[in-house]
Amino acid sequence: MLSRRLASAAVIAVLSTAAFSTAAFAHDGVLDIAAPFEIKDADPVTSGNIFIKMDVAETLVNVDAEGRLTPGLATAWQASDDGLEWRFTLREGVLFHDGSPFTAEAAANALNVARAKPGLLETAPIAGIAADGKDLVVRLSESFAPLPAFLSEYRSLIYAPAAYAQDGRVTEVIGTGAYRVTRLEAPLRLEAEAFADYWGGAPGIDRATYQAVGRAETRALLAESGDADYVFNLDPASTTRLASVNTVEILTVSVPRTLLLKVNAGHPALSDPRARQALSMAIDREGLAQAILRFPAGGTQLFPPAVGEWHSDDLEPLAYDPDAARALLAELGWTPGDDGILTRGDERFSLVLTTFPDRPELPLSAAVLQQMFAEIGVEMVIDSTNSSEIPVRHADGTLDLALINRNFALVPDPLGTLLTDYAPSGDWGAMNWDNPEFTSLIRALAQGKGGPSERLRAIEILQADLPVIPIAWYQQTAAVSKGITGAVIDPYERNIGLKDIRWAE
Amino acid sequence: MIRALGYRAAQAVLVALLVGVLTFLMMQALPGDMAFRIAAGRYGYDAVNAAAADAVRQELGLDRPAIEAFGLWLRDLLRLDFGTSVISGAPVIDEIRHQLGASLQLAGAALALSLLIGPPVGVLAGLRAGGWLDRGLLVVSTALRSVPQFLMGLILIVLVSIHLGWLPAAGHGRPAHFILPSLTLALGLAAVSARIARDAMAGVAASPFYAFGRWKGLSEGQMFRRHGLRNIGVALVTFLGLQFVMLVEGVVVIESIFGWPGIGHALVHAIFGRDVPMVQGTALLLGLGFVALNAAVDLAAHWIDPRGARA
Repeated sequence: MLSRRLASAAVIAVLSTAAFSTAAFAHDGVLDIAAPFEIKDADPVTSGNIFIKMDVAETLVNVDAEGRLTPGLATAWQASDDGLEWRFTLREGVLFHDGSPFTAEAAANALNVARAKPGLLETAPIAGIAADGKDLVVRLSESFAPLPAFLSEYRSLIYAPAAYAQDGRVTEVIGTGAYRVTRLEAPLRLEAEAFADYWGGAPGIDRATYQAVGRAETRALLAESGDADYVFNLDPASTTRLASVNTVEILTVSVPRTLLLKVNAGHPALSDPRARQALSMAIDREGLAQAILRFPAGGTQLFPPAVGEWHSDDLEPLAYDPDAARALLAELGWTPGDDGILTRGDERFSLVLTTFPDRPELPLSAAVLQQMFAEIGVEMVIDSTNSSEIPVRHADGTLDLALINRNFALVPDPLGTLLTDYAPSGDWGAMNWDNPEFTSLIRALAQGKGGPSERLRAIEILQADLPVIPIAWYQQTAAVSKGITGAVIDPYERNIGLKDIRWAE
Repeated sequence: MIRALGYRAAQAVLVALLVGVLTFLMMQALPGDMAFRIAAGRYGYDAVNAAAADAVRQELGLDRPAIEAFGLWLRDLLRLDFGTSVISGAPVIDEIRHQLGASLQLAGAALALSLLIGPPVGVLAGLRAGGWLDRGLLVVSTALRSVPQFLMGLILIVLVSIHLGWLPAAGHGRPAHFILPSLTLALGLAAVSARIARDAMAGVAASPFYAFGRWKGLSEGQMFRRHGLRNIGVALVTFLGLQFVMLVEGVVVIESIFGWPGIGHALVHAIFGRDVPMVQGTALLLGLGFVALNAAVDLAAHWIDPRGARA
């Protein structure tokens, strides 16, 4: 009796599958976003990347898909003739979510608070930020061309003065965006509703949620079941599977993020550029990118094509040539020992590679590199640990190699990253490497002196001297429900086009 | 009974002290520079650098001796102040309330659901030991118990959310979000509690007093209510207490699959980020919670079977 009932229940269940599958396009009036990034608190410095994607807060300057700066809360900007003063004309008639007006004082306050905390803005040569009438004026200690680009970054979001406590702590998200936060449940959830007084006109969809989901499988299942309308950061396996789901569209864009090997150029075995070139020639970039990242984007120079003018087709690409690598190492006096590992006198070519598991492809790629280096007689031990060990070991000089990935478009202009990482060295860039020509080229470019030929010269130096060894370029993948239109995937990983998304007719 | 409760109270104080000292020592013993770990926790993995770590060191006074920090924590604790998280800057008690609260809600729902499934089926099987239900239960419960919970979670998502489209696959905030994660946990729990109930019931049903009850003409319902329920009660309640503890551990995996905010996730991140106040606060509350749970189980067992106290 019971078994018969169970059997009929099963039949009903199977039949209803067909009925429900057509309902996948129906929406519940709420636009659901899912991504791996967790909300730490209301502060732009720690979680601004989420608030900017959710269109709850805005920056003075925006960036289009080609990396060009466009007006945001500032409508125009101009440097003084000596380059020491930038004047930003601010948009009028803008209201914060608490009803207070957006003013130059509010903008100056927000930027000064952000500048006092660790972050990108702290590294710019800013002498002071203040309101001057209706304008915002930034005074510099030396001229600095990428300043407007720095102000487009998520850590430079503008909140209302009421969002900050006395000590600069951010207590609430009070931005000017098209959406207003109605509920912030760190670390996983944010709910927002359309802000009726938004200066750019109300957004197309009234309510939106953000859900942090750490597991890639779960994010893919959310996209497939229709529970999330925009799912960020898909893993390679799920991307392949979701491509055959007909309610979902896959968006892919190449992003200015590079998988690279940070090299201690002061290490006895690595100080000669030829040793670094040998390591570079041992890497089968296409094979690694295809096997681990599942797209054909071996990084044959530091900057991917997405970085625009910093990528050059004229550069000799980094090639895979293990025989030439062995020859170069022999030239440097290395001979194979009994176990196949190279030795030079008492020295053994053995290195420790530090990496971290926050991005799952890093330890996997490390294991592949270990095999590739063994082919040319270089022994490599992998230490997969906390990401902060890389700056720690950089500082105390104990780092040999580190496998990391670096976003060169934290600001749309990679100059900011080059200044902090390579002129002459930095925690997430070169180590014990000092190329005076490169440093002076980059500093001059930062001051607005120099153009395409100086840029080309700078990347030629990086390509020949290899203070870091580029391995692969990244792609960003998102799954978007066909129930919505207008979603975009931004190579600068700043926004998802939220305020322009509409329900599909 | 009062002695038993007094014993539990003393245990609570001891647990609080031990947990405080041990978590503190363990956090100190973890490798790595604390300022760098906290900076990585705050600003993300590729934004941590020496400057950020120095700023954190300055702000939190990490240079001062560890024993001083412990003294401060103990002083604040006596004032019932758990301090603030070094990662988010929010009061630890608020974070724990949100995250432990979410875990407890999920664990509670799972336990309730497992109670609806496990013991009734187990009792029915135990009453007819060796019958088809009993043999079927052995197979089903063994199968359910041997499927890892993360797999069970994924199976349920694929089946219920994707194929049937009945429930949200993951997330938090609406009542519907409770069903799949709590069902995943409940199936594993019910598999065991059904076996416990079945064994206890089979033991009671085979006992001479149960047979005597039948002889004197009581119906099956009367027999179960008067002589069965109370006799299997102590074993079940004690086991449920244990299960709740196991649940709080097991909930970690489920939380991560279903995108559920929970204490397991919070604790792991707090340890990575060297968020000492958060780790101490969480461990303390969990420790005290287990003592309270044990006390509650003692009380319930005493109420069901008062003989132990009289002897």
